[in-house]
Amino acid sequence: MYQLDHLKELEAESIFVIREVAAQFENPVLMFSGGKDSILMLYLARKAFYPARLPFPLLHVDTGHNFPETIAFRDELVEKWKLRLIVASVQDAIDRGLVHEERGIHASRNGLQTAVLLEAIEKHGFDAALGGGRRDEEKARAKERFFSHRDEFGQWDPKNQRPELWNLFNAKKQVGEHFRVFPISNWTELDVWQYLHREQVPLPSLYFAHERPCIKRNGVLLADSEYLQKKPEETPATYKVRFRTIGDMTCTGAVLSEADTLEKVIEEIATTRITERGARADDKRSETSMEDRKKEGYF
Amino acid sequence: MHTELLRFTTAGSVDDGKSTLIGRLLYDSKAIHQDQYEAIEKSSKRRGEEEVNLALLTDGLKAEREQGITIDVAYRYFSTPKRKFIIADTPGHIQYTRNMVTGASTANVALILMDARKGMLEQTRRHAIIASLLQIPHLLVCINKMDLVDYSEEVYEKLRDEFEAFAAKLDVKDVSYIPISALKGDNVVHRSENMSWYEGPTLIYYLENVHIASDYNFIDCRFPVQLVIRPNTDEFHDYRGYAGRVAGGIFKKGDEVMLLPSGFSSKIEAIDTYDGEVEEAYPPMSVVIRLENELDLSRGDMIVRPNNVPEVTQDLDLMICWFDNKPLRLRGKYIIQHTTRTARCLVKEIRYKMDINTLHRNLDDREIKMNDVARISLRTTQPLFVDPYSRNRITGSVILIDEATHQTVAAGMVI
Repeated sequence: MYQLDHLKELEAESIFVIREVAAQFENPVLMFSGGKDSILMLYLARKAFYPARLPFPLLHVDTGHNFPETIAFRDELVEKWKLRLIVASVQDAIDRGLVHEERGIHASRNGLQTAVLLEAIEKHGFDAALGGGRRDEEKARAKERFFSHRDEFGQWDPKNQRPELWNLFNAKKQVGEHFRVFPISNWTELDVWQYLHREQVPLPSLYFAHERPCIKRNGVLLADSEYLQKKPEETPATYKVRFRTIGDMTCTGAVLSEADTLEKVIEEIATTRITERGARADDKRSETSMEDRKKEGYF
Repeated sequence: MHTELLRFTTAGSVDDGKSTLIGRLLYDSKAIHQDQYEAIEKSSKRRGEEEVNLALLTDGLKAEREQGITIDVAYRYFSTPKRKFIIADTPGHIQYTRNMVTGASTANVALILMDARKGMLEQTRRHAIIASLLQIPHLLVCINKMDLVDYSEEVYEKLRDEFEAFAAKLDVKDVSYIPISALKGDNVVHRSENMSWYEGPTLIYYLENVHIASDYNFIDCRFPVQLVIRPNTDEFHDYRGYAGRVAGGIFKKGDEVMLLPSGFSSKIEAIDTYDGEVEEAYPPMSVVIRLENELDLSRGDMIVRPNNVPEVTQDLDLMICWFDNKPLRLRGKYIIQHTTRTARCLVKEIRYKMDINTLHRNLDDREIKMNDVARISLRTTQPLFVDPYSRNRITGSVILIDEATHQTVAAGMVI
């Protein structure tokens, strides 16, 4: 029977979109955070151009507050697959005075990434930035296009998006404008895990259950680290945890888990009642915090 | 594990129970998570609403939540062990026709909601007409709010006959009907105990089993070239492959092929993927095709079979839906995108405007404004390789782009 299963169909769609980017833009870049979605993106991009090499570099906006495991994993991949990596450093931007560090107990460098990303896009003249955003992640993202236009300030105008029909992607733009492209828009968290499992894609250890000292704040477990500002009464305790998303150490919540293999992780996700961003402190700031950040030019 | 992907579209406003129905499908299939549910519970309370407003789940943008309306297409996901579903959830009002058209463009199934108390409304007709215009292969009419008409078989049959009479005028192949109550859950996921007279499937059973394997065209071989793969490495020194996604037909290794626009012929040497060579490629696979001899072939060109070629033409007859604030300009020039090919075009003629509530062809009013559907003729700067939209939704569709603003101003279907 001539019918692809859902993962093969999603893969075919993503590869088509990634190839459209290479064909329709002059200077694209793949945003890479070291998280599972960007690992998937990189994997699909390699498939899209095989046996040729990846025709664009990776861009990592490094907050300086990454898990050390993430950086080690990133560097290993870059080495193994002979990729070109550009690092845009938030610490460097703070030192130069481009952005200012947030203060206080909830301080996070998450919001600072936007200015650093936009600066890197401008500096390198990127006209398309491929991202691993998915529509099932968050309500503002559910409205996102595959090819998402950004004005000369890098802003998103959600009320005035170009209609996107069939598989025809309009990449026309003025000088100075750019696009964000989301090839895995139609994947759900479970699809991602099932695919990574089926394809045996290596992942950072953070995604699997391990013992780690954490503090509990507003119901979210945060990894203890030198970057996390603690109240006097907050003393770390050791929990068996894993991470469902990987971002900054200061705002990425861990979940209690016994899932130490991919099979167990998939089983856990299939039965869980909390979304993966439910543990992200950055999304809990307000009802529309993702939409607000995206309008300014966030990932 | 073999789960298929089914895309369906819904259209409507809060009143006709669309959000309640989607909410129920998501909730009963466990696609709504606890934190999402708590978040909308909190918002509902803050807005002074008594019940948890499931519409808040689908209305994602700040402006939509403030106004309590759906403006843009939102995509929702849920799955059962049999299939994964993508819902393109669109507004139903006439001023958002363009969003309905967008949601309909990739759908296998159009789910049309009809209020059992109100019967056929203008909106019901409009949704069905758009579904037929966009050639959605399957139409599912859900006669909703059956609980408010005492689950009456008579009411159901009357509405079904009424819709059937209307559908006869449309170009739709497969129409099914289900009496439901989205609010009470009758015939959505669970079979209704209140309608023992109904012997058809539940909504979820229908969605899980409707035959979609032949929704693509597997007859006419069409392979629009996206880009040329040339590794230039020691290992793959002389490698040259054509990357693309199969838009129709089944390509096999060893097949005689013809290239457009050159008309040259060649043979398929191999069909490559990252996971190895494959014997055949069919829609919607993304592959790389290698040919036996080196020929001039690049993005925008098409690989077809010598005995089955699309129409090669610079003159197009289209049904369009207009998207832009500024009306369509007769003799105006636009950018046109068709498969992987981009050209410029000139609007030669506006034949008529179609009233999408009545199907009436208006030959006098030729001012085509936002959300209007019209039949037009174009002349393109380069030949395009087209099939009628009714034969192939991929090679039969185009978009028009404004040369100055770069906005996508129209969706077009080849007649």
